[in-house]
Amino acid sequence: MNILILDYGMGNIKSVYKRLYKNDINLRVSSLPNDIEWADKIVLVGVGHFKNAMDNLMQLNLLEELNNFVMNKKKPILGICLGMQLMCDFSEEGNVNGLGWIRAKSKKFITNNKLKFKIPHIGWNQIKIKKDSNLLNKIEELSEFYFVHTYFVEPLNKDIVLSQTDYIHDFCSAFQKDNIIGTQFHPEKSHQAGEIFLKNFIDI
Amino acid sequence: MFRPRLIPVLLIEDGMLVKTKKFKSGVYVGDPINAVRIFNDLQADELIFLDISASKNKKTISLELIETVGEESNMPFSVGGGIRTIEDIKKIINSGAERVVLSSAACENPQFIKEASDYFGSSTIAVCLDIKKDFFGNYSIYYENGKKKLNFPYLDFISELETMGVGEIIIQSILNDGMMQGYDLNLLNKISTMLSVPLVALGGAGCMNDFENVYKKSFVNGVAAGSMFVFHGKDDGVLINYPSKKEIINLFK
Repeated sequence: MNILILDYGMGNIKSVYKRLYKNDINLRVSSLPNDIEWADKIVLVGVGHFKNAMDNLMQLNLLEELNNFVMNKKKPILGICLGMQLMCDFSEEGNVNGLGWIRAKSKKFITNNKLKFKIPHIGWNQIKIKKDSNLLNKIEELSEFYFVHTYFVEPLNKDIVLSQTDYIHDFCSAFQKDNIIGTQFHPEKSHQAGEIFLKNFIDI
Repeated sequence: MFRPRLIPVLLIEDGMLVKTKKFKSGVYVGDPINAVRIFNDLQADELIFLDISASKNKKTISLELIETVGEESNMPFSVGGGIRTIEDIKKIINSGAERVVLSSAACENPQFIKEASDYFGSSTIAVCLDIKKDFFGNYSIYYENGKKKLNFPYLDFISELETMGVGEIIIQSILNDGMMQGYDLNLLNKISTMLSVPLVALGGAGCMNDFENVYKKSFVNGVAAGSMFVFHGKDDGVLINYPSKKEIINLFK
């Protein structure tokens, strides 16, 4: 199986690479549209500003091939953290449109309790499983995953929500709409639970 | 349920793992990679590496070490010591670290924090401030391993860093370092009350109750410690240790 980690100049892809590398797959890190053609699955990672990420994807001419991969070929794609947010319609971060595959908005955490709830949400937090999916095979209810984010995804259609996590309020920590999968947490930084999640992505 | 991270802080001096008391008399603790392997097996929440010889040697922590840490570990880790330029940060992040920890560079030029957080995103940029209480009970920020005093009120300086877009502030108490008698709770509470970005407490933790106390009082986002995770017993024998996930979750319930 060919898995592509899309390198579009946003943050640390090394840890994802290392976690996937252990498995018996062909792994490529690239920013070339041709490699999207090559891939059976794509991982879209990213740290940083939403607008910069969209700009980079456009400048690298990746949008057309990505849309084709996701919407026509319907092959699996996993968006992690900012990658998940990019899959949606819109983000309050920079007030720009995203890739538009998921009817959802990325919104900023807001709280009146500044002492208790620092923003960004950084750290380990539990997931509450909302829906059966092969992606959550062998992952226990209330498993902890590692989060680092200021914005969270609010999907219009709650049926796509795989898990919720509570910070200030419940938010969608993972979604799946057919071949499109997003996690707000970082499976590549989440010890065993994260390792199982990535293995499940490889196996679907 | 959200809970604070328990973060072992590993001090690196000329490539070796050491531990200090009140920023002095570093004792040799062992090989850093060996410690990383053990912390990874024990499923630590996160690690922070601070190279205390970096400023003296005029270079950042070894990139080779960072890469090896990334290979060996399945958890986030931050790296500090001698980081002064965007290029330094780029190299460290590309070597596999999650975040960088700035100190002297931030104290000398807070504008650099803005530059760095604009470039890498706030969550990549943490600042560690070393704070000491004087005879009259007044707090001041020190940098360059506690040698230089920053002539700026500490709370104002922290606000300034927040304005510049810092992603997280680590507050290290110089006088509590290595003493294992608890955090400076008043200091941390003052800072947490005014801060809206995450705060990590460092300096003084000696037992699990110290973590609980500082969290209950000030909701710090992380509780960091050096000695507690590397020493064991009355005569401070070296033993890498870390509580189980169950113990941690129960502690903050």
